[in-house]
Amino acid sequence: MAEASKAVADSRANLPFVYRQYSAEQLKQVLYKMYLIRRFEEGAEESYTRGLIHGTMHLSIGQEASAMGICMPLGEDDQITSTHRGHGHCIAKGAEVKRMFAEFFGKTTGYCKGRGGSMHIADVAKGNLGANGIVGGGIPIAVGAALSSKMMKTGKVVVSFFGDGANNEGAFHEALNMAAVWKLPVIFVCENNGYGMSTSTARSTAVKNIADRAAAYSMPGVIVNGNIFSEVAEASYKAVERARAGEGPTLIESKTYRHRGHSKSDRNRYRTKEEIEDWMSNRDPITLFENELREFGFIDDKGIEAIREAVVREIADGIEFAKASPSPDVSETGNYVYTEQA
Amino acid sequence: MDAMVRELSYAQAIQEAMAIAMDMDDRVFLMGEDIGVYGGAFQVTGDLVERYGAERVLDTPISELGGAGVAVGAALTGMRPIFEFQFSDFATLAMEQIVNQAAKMRFMLGGEISVPVVMRFPAGSGTGAAAQHSQSLEAWLGHVPGLKVIQPATPYDAKGMLLAAVADPDPVMIFEHKLLYKMKGPVPEGYYTVPIGRADIRREGRDLTIVATSIMVQKALDAAATLEAEGIDVEVVDLRTIRPMDKQTVIDSVKKTSRLMCVYEAVKTLGIGAEVSAMIAESDAFDYLDAPIVRLGGAETPIPYNPELEKATVPQVPDITTAARDLVKGVR
Repeated sequence: MAEASKAVADSRANLPFVYRQYSAEQLKQVLYKMYLIRRFEEGAEESYTRGLIHGTMHLSIGQEASAMGICMPLGEDDQITSTHRGHGHCIAKGAEVKRMFAEFFGKTTGYCKGRGGSMHIADVAKGNLGANGIVGGGIPIAVGAALSSKMMKTGKVVVSFFGDGANNEGAFHEALNMAAVWKLPVIFVCENNGYGMSTSTARSTAVKNIADRAAAYSMPGVIVNGNIFSEVAEASYKAVERARAGEGPTLIESKTYRHRGHSKSDRNRYRTKEEIEDWMSNRDPITLFENELREFGFIDDKGIEAIREAVVREIADGIEFAKASPSPDVSETGNYVYTEQA
Repeated sequence: MDAMVRELSYAQAIQEAMAIAMDMDDRVFLMGEDIGVYGGAFQVTGDLVERYGAERVLDTPISELGGAGVAVGAALTGMRPIFEFQFSDFATLAMEQIVNQAAKMRFMLGGEISVPVVMRFPAGSGTGAAAQHSQSLEAWLGHVPGLKVIQPATPYDAKGMLLAAVADPDPVMIFEHKLLYKMKGPVPEGYYTVPIGRADIRREGRDLTIVATSIMVQKALDAAATLEAEGIDVEVVDLRTIRPMDKQTVIDSVKKTSRLMCVYEAVKTLGIGAEVSAMIAESDAFDYLDAPIVRLGGAETPIPYNPELEKATVPQVPDITTAARDLVKGVR
């Protein structure tokens, strides 16, 4: 048994991090979830187009490896704060798509009982403390959660996801500074998709790499290709180890790209078709991961097809669940404002 | 046996409440700017750092937004932070976390979490600190569903309401007038709470109801004492909580006296007086009114530095006395 494992380990010795660190089953599960994120967002987009979902939403299609890679070394007790582009984080942290769809449909079976919608999706039981409609809003909150972890000695690590836009908010700087001063078990993950709404990082941000800002707060700043699952997971793994060892925070800049516009109102006038096409055709994170899995012998075409079909079924079931779920009664509008009325 | 009652200052009462809260519950901790060895800008935390250590009396960098966010994050993950703003004016730097996060997280998440954070705001004018260190912003926060906003006016209430705030599962904002910190009054030893959301009738009277907040309660009582000699009998209602407001106590008082005056330090327009007046106008107490409602609030200006000008911008005892006399005698 031990020798067999050693043989497996030896055969993987020259492979990238995740192929050495995780089992074939775990990696297949990652592919499943990456597809689940992609199809969930496509399903949400279609439901929006058909008038089943109102409001707006911010899709992370193209950023799936980032969400999955960061969450890979996290345990169920570890916590995250997320962003307006947070569907992938939610699924990566273990949420069920049926309850996410239900939330988007404004139903009582949704994670927030229909009160939050896409922008406030959360799954507290699985450690997702919530997406946030305010750019940078979740970053100090994550530091607070990490302070709880340290004071209560729970050993929990907290990840704060945010976008490139948030790195120019004061909250980012205040939060990173405090986390470093107090050596808190928190990981700051900047998913740099190149644009804060329409404004490119080149036009908005004085440093070339957002990770460079880590130096100002005496923490490691790590740049990864956010579209390569293994790279992201490896950086996250190291940051989690550092946090658990009491050595303090890390800033990871995950360079990636969103295939869709900022939100539903986006006309994509700030980037070229060629740029978008290049990212979709040549750097799609799911395609890249799938190719590696196949190349390294972790899965075959049949296995991939089975995953794709299972995902399609879970998505269809999720939408049906949401459609069939009850809406909250208008008389309950005032619920959940307070825990106890004074 | 009744708890021993001593004379304590308002600041000492708050400090004692925080110590009791920390003794009772390991999850309670204090955070804020210079609250450790410095003892807080107004010496409210005093020497607590020596008794509870620097982890539980946590000095923060000068980062109001981030600090408030850390308090919110700690609160929703199991701790019970008491966050001190050095001056209430600095709440403007932290509005995002207070208004968008603390107040709304429970609602946005469909009741899955609570945010049991307490924030303390030293507020008000009278210290010569000028326009950016003297404001009364409680009505700003009183406008936000999800927050509870209180203004204790006595040492007794300061202790009891702070302990009620710590026990409360929702975010409670405490506005403490800086000139009250040295005010002395009877405070029982040990644990007790004063409920949030209930006004208190400080003085019973027949001729006029004065609804006052914070430091204006004492000023209204002083005015009432002067008017008593003239045969005018004033009832003083200490609102104590501005959200959720104790409407019934005010309504019942106005029904009894048939006259209403609101006295508060914050800028008069769109303030607590407007809310109390409108609430009475919408209630069955409206039919009992014998005279128009009067509001005495702060001037429509920032707080000036010059001491005479500073005094003139907020209601003083003679202003209250004159306005109350005129109201009762029908002078307009």
